[in-house]
Amino acid sequence: MSTINLKINNIPVTVAAGSTILEAARAAGVKIPTLCYLKDINAIGACRVCVVEVKGARSLVASCVYPANEGMEVFTSTPKVIESRRTTVELILSDHNKNCLSCVRSTNCELQSLAEELGCNAQKFSGESKFYPVDASHASIVRDNSKCILCRRCVAACKNYQTVSVIGANARGFDTHISCLFEKGLNEVACVGCGQCINVCPTGALREKDEIDNVIAALNDPSKTVVVGTAPSVRIGLGEEFGYPIGANVEGKMAAALRRLGFKHVFDVDFAADLTIMEEGYEFISRVKNGGKLPMITSCSPGWVKFIEHNYPELIPHLSSCKSPQQMFGAVAKTYYAEKLGVDPKDMYVVTIMPCTAKKFEKGRPHQDAAGVPDIDAVLTTRELARFIKRQGIMFKELPDEPFDSPFGIGSGAGLIFGSSGGVMEAALRTVAEVLDGKPLKKLDFQDVRGMTGIKEASYKIAGINVKVAVASGLKNARELMEKIKKGEADYHFIEIMACPGGCLNGGGQPIQSAETRNFTDYRTLRMNAIYSADKSMKLRKSHENPAIKEIYKEYFGEPNGNRAHHVLHTRYVARSKF
Amino acid sequence: MAKIKLTKIPFKGTDGQERELRAALAEIKKKKGAVMPALQRAQEIYGYLPMEVQQIIAEVLEVPAEEVFGVATFYSQFTLNPRGQYNVSVCLGTACYVKGAGEVLDALKIQLGIEADECSEDGKFSLNATRCIGCCGLAPVMTINDSVFGKITADDVEKILADY
Ligand code: SF4
Ligand code: SF4
Ligand code: SF4
Ligand code: FES
Repeated sequence: MSTINLKINNIPVTVAAGSTILEAARAAGVKIPTLCYLKDINAIGACRVCVVEVKGARSLVASCVYPANEGMEVFTSTPKVIESRRTTVELILSDHNKNCLSCVRSTNCELQSLAEELGCNAQKFSGESKFYPVDASHASIVRDNSKCILCRRCVAACKNYQTVSVIGANARGFDTHISCLFEKGLNEVACVGCGQCINVCPTGALREKDEIDNVIAALNDPSKTVVVGTAPSVRIGLGEEFGYPIGANVEGKMAAALRRLGFKHVFDVDFAADLTIMEEGYEFISRVKNGGKLPMITSCSPGWVKFIEHNYPELIPHLSSCKSPQQMFGAVAKTYYAEKLGVDPKDMYVVTIMPCTAKKFEKGRPHQDAAGVPDIDAVLTTRELARFIKRQGIMFKELPDEPFDSPFGIGSGAGLIFGSSGGVMEAALRTVAEVLDGKPLKKLDFQDVRGMTGIKEASYKIAGINVKVAVASGLKNARELMEKIKKGEADYHFIEIMACPGGCLNGGGQPIQSAETRNFTDYRTLRMNAIYSADKSMKLRKSHENPAIKEIYKEYFGEPNGNRAHHVLHTRYVARSKF
Repeated sequence: MAKIKLTKIPFKGTDGQERELRAALAEIKKKKGAVMPALQRAQEIYGYLPMEVQQIIAEVLEVPAEEVFGVATFYSQFTLNPRGQYNVSVCLGTACYVKGAGEVLDALKIQLGIEADECSEDGKFSLNATRCIGCCGLAPVMTINDSVFGKITADDVEKILADY
């Protein structure tokens, strides 16, 4: 690898050829602020917040796109540079809807902190301000363009991570704004609700549809039995909102906080993930034995499900008919558990805490109503839970660690690893292999399907068959696999797909990490390590050995994929328009 | 400014037009940067760029429909609104403007119930403001299809429109 030597603020540094000035500065321990730049997906050099002085150059250059050259001398914080950045940000602020006091991103806003760092006068230029109606048409996403700074990071995420491409910059000049084809609402286009656009947005222009008030109302309604369950990835993300390092596992404090918020039935959706493995594992076995449609593809990720419905309706028969863990959780709460408690399912209110925005859409899908009422009533993202906890004055860091309640409080390591790309596959393999081979697995770790690579492939010898599997996360990678299937080039038996790059741990409802972190820290791997190390340390690591799972089959469902299980735990899909 | 102005007039493209467009796209697709020429050709065929047409372009060129829309709304040469049976244009060149073309345009907006660059819901009238059309001696000038009306005032508008 060839290298380049240059100086950043007189500090000599050696970097790989092809590095930008921004990267070289970072290597020299110097931070340059950015706004529009996002590693791998958005290097458009548009905002000019990252400008620096290069000795010999006539004007300031945008460091995020300007290549570092041999012998270059760069100055990142001269008065000229700071003045230029300040003016840039002041101009952005001139038509920005500056109501930080009631903005969801206040204190976690890249524009706000830039303005503060640069000592901007927010009122310096007062231009005509833009007016846009807020688009709250989608069940998951809310867009308020009055806060949009046109960095196009959301557009890049939707296009480059997801190949969904339903948002873009339309019109021109002062009228330029981000919107959908023919100004349709997000609910009228093929948006999958993944929320990756929210996670990359530097400002409050994009957010999830907030359901905290609905939950508070239910908690204060004496006629309601309110049940809550938390998804695997929430416990390894939530801490970030309270100042813990990325990858801290705060499961015990999370359960304690939920109790203090007023929930009396605090459960773990990991349990429902184990249930999913039972149903999905047996569905897979039956497809293999009975010549069913292969490859079978997982259906846990509602963003992915909506994506296949819009873009590959002809491949829908490949999808597992299993509901997602969230929906199975609600379904067993309102059938089995409601019966147990003697509560009318209509009076039961089921809340889930999810790392995901698409789950808000999923809860409103048809055929998700095992007890004749919707399986799920409210979905809060990890971020909403954090806001809820702060609003109620709960001192999160000072909470004791508490366990979940029974009967849905026990989850296995297999259920927990659902949070990472490859986790559902590994969990399923642990169960399928033991069921088919009829003996305990020697090694529970399926390393080949782990990690943050976009597409992973492996094959395992199970019951004399060479089972070929593939795992994809990020819809760009999912699309690649679907094209392979369409062309008949894929001979996999089983495919796991998650809409979000890296899986739920990087879901659109997780704590937002700034571009600075996204560009220079492998935050996804840190979160992933937290999941696998927790799994490693658990005694119970296989779904079919979960005592709560054994019990529910014995007491209620009988066999996996049996009649009752089919009615309660499985669902159907619809073909949707491509546009 | 807010959203982009969109027509409510239903799409009335014919099979013949679609065949012509698809044939053109098959050629255009072979080149790089095909969206611009595709939109130009489509506008020649349909007179404007309705959603249905942009979706055909997206599908054939295999680009996101939103990107096609982004290009169509970026360049002023493209229009999303159909022309009416009668296309009314008012010259807003300097000569016409100083002689009251602005008031004429306002009167037209009121009479027709549409804004500039729009088409009435029945498809009968569309309204445009144009640059100097070179007959400043007649200022202010308006045209309806090929008929030219010179030295008009806002008060004349109602009478002129009554003949259509
Ligand atoms: S987006 Fe940022 S700067 Fe704008 S109002 Fe919200 S917190 Fe303030
Ligand atoms: S939610 Fe996902 S699909 Fe929808 S606009 Fe955002 S990134 Fe695109
Ligand atoms: S919505 Fe957010 S990410 Fe998208 S362009 Fe506006 S500020 Fe940037
Ligand atoms: S131009 Fe470099 S961050 Fe925007």
